[in-house]
Amino acid sequence: MDSPSHKPTPTLADRAYRIRRYALQMGEVQGQGYVGQALGWADVLAVAYGHAMNYRPEEPEWEGRDRFLLSHGHYAIALYAALIEAGIIPESELETYGSDDSRLPMSGMATYTPGMEISGGSLGQGLPIGVGMALGLRFKNNPAFVYNSMSDGELDEGSTWEAAMSAAHHGLSNLICLVDINNQQADGPSSKVLGFEPLADKWAAFGWHVQRIDGNDLPAVIEAFDTARNLQTAQPRVILFDTLMGKGIPFLEQRDKNHFIRVEAAEWQQAIAILDQSQQQEAV
Amino acid sequence: MNTAEKKPRLTTSAMIASIAAEGQRVKSAPFGNALVELAASRPDIVGMTADLAKYTDLHLFAKAYPQRFFQMGMAEQLLMAAAGGMAKEGLLPFITTYAVFGTRRAYDFIHQVIAEENLNVKLCCALPGLTTGYGPSHQATDDLAMMRGVPGLTIVDPCDALDVEQAVPAIAAHNGPVYMRLLRGNVPLVLDEYDYRFELGKAKMLRDGRDVLILSSGFMTMRALETAEELRKHAIDAAVLHSPTIKPLDAETILHEVAKPGRLVVVAENHSEIGGLGEAVARLLLCSGVRPAAFRQIALPDAFLDAGALPTLHDRYGISVEAMVTRIKSWL
Ligand SMILES: Cc1ncc(C[n+]2csc(CCOP(=O)(O)OP(=O)(O)O)c2C)c(N)n1
Ligand SMILES: [Mg+2]
Repeated sequence: MDSPSHKPTPTLADRAYRIRRYALQMGEVQGQGYVGQALGWADVLAVAYGHAMNYRPEEPEWEGRDRFLLSHGHYAIALYAALIEAGIIPESELETYGSDDSRLPMSGMATYTPGMEISGGSLGQGLPIGVGMALGLRFKNNPAFVYNSMSDGELDEGSTWEAAMSAAHHGLSNLICLVDINNQQADGPSSKVLGFEPLADKWAAFGWHVQRIDGNDLPAVIEAFDTARNLQTAQPRVILFDTLMGKGIPFLEQRDKNHFIRVEAAEWQQAIAILDQSQQQEAV
Repeated sequence: MNTAEKKPRLTTSAMIASIAAEGQRVKSAPFGNALVELAASRPDIVGMTADLAKYTDLHLFAKAYPQRFFQMGMAEQLLMAAAGGMAKEGLLPFITTYAVFGTRRAYDFIHQVIAEENLNVKLCCALPGLTTGYGPSHQATDDLAMMRGVPGLTIVDPCDALDVEQAVPAIAAHNGPVYMRLLRGNVPLVLDEYDYRFELGKAKMLRDGRDVLILSSGFMTMRALETAEELRKHAIDAAVLHSPTIKPLDAETILHEVAKPGRLVVVAENHSEIGGLGEAVARLLLCSGVRPAAFRQIALPDAFLDAGALPTLHDRYGISVEAMVTRIKSWL
């Protein structure tokens, strides 16, 4: 928003709650979806769109906006929820999620959706695109930030590390990379698919300012965004968020971890009810 | 939003849709099972994947032969180059990923590392052509065009579960790199009803007919067979020639069939109209001086395709049975 610093924490908790709720509603429309990822990433999206970023809901292509790149295109359900919360997409479009001729396809595409900056999904492309946009913005003397949102699976791709090296080389202080470390990939836990630890040391060795925090701890997420934005050094910034898939819905948090979390038809409404209940308790 | 008062659901795109129609006979994981069986007598076979074992049926091999399975992470360039390295050490890698990522991202690694040295790597890539509603990032509409451009690479586009399971030992027996379009999960079973065996490099007549010759590969052969049945109801007699080997083409069989007089020749493929089976056949005919009565292509348009439900998209782009029947009738 134009004056982000006045948003108090409870509002962000509200936003995270509604982002989770919208994502579950979209999951119910399809009967499936990357909802485990959306629930885990909701707090980061709430802070990005409710606190950190500069944008105009009614003018998604405003030149002064901070750019948010959804590199992990399969997280589209999460970003749609955030874009609805941000007022960029009307809530009524929820029901079209993943349907024929909808503006909300299963995998995020720039040509379909207002506020979707890139067509992600071929994983490992967001950060290289972000390098180019950050170079371009700096060239234009545009003070906007580029946020690249990516998954931990994308750490496997060589293109990510080509971009990491390039961003440091060019001193891209307007580039902030957000990594969802949910320890999940298609074939199993990321640590078993391709170990990437010690991850903070790797980014630091590549020349980045690094923070690693609990991505479901809202005050910590806010602080990390503030630190990344306010840093005075001429280097790119990465925030490594450890998140819990299914966060906020205990029966999903505890379910066998999977790239596609299994949700039975009746469970969508149960999940929404649990979410509503814990929101009411917090308000008390 | 209350479930009871919700509007009827629009058609939605499945996460990883099966190409099998409702009620169609299917066989589960023909690739994974065939590879496990073959590996018992071929100790040089290793399996490698880029974080997609579960989605390419290679997890069956990983389970049966954990010591011979290598998880390379979601790094397709590494996958191809490392498979080349394995082959240089005398092993026989079967590698899997999705067709888009294997071909587009790792093209140079296939071309330079694997093909240029004629290394014995079998690339088995799932989601060929338009087999997902995820949009261009996942729709491998151009894989055959790219792979046909790689010298010395043998290319296979199987139709069904039978084709896939018979192709596995056949491509293993072939000494050199192979690109196979992989059908995974519950794969339709069709060709067992025909007197058919997969032979590398051979096209096979599945049914004869006087009016139309449909030349096809991949699951479009399944569609071609259904189309031929439908056309029969309209007194149109259609032949189907299945050419699962895209490169090298079975020139002899194709020329022999096309040379028979009076038939409209339709090449049907689950691929862009640019650079696939249709163009390969057109070139063969032109260069050989064999002219059919007429020549048409059923293929995906040269465009970035939409996201959506597969049946909707197959209709929209003219590769459903209904669309094929309509188009072929209009060409006669
Ligand atoms: C370049 C590329 N290779 C492979 C895939 C297929 N794929 C889609 S999601 C995924 C898992 C990647 O890990 P991550 O994004 O961390 O998974 P999640 O946390 O969502 O389970 C894979 C391999 C892809 N989309 N892009
Ligand atoms: Mg992950």
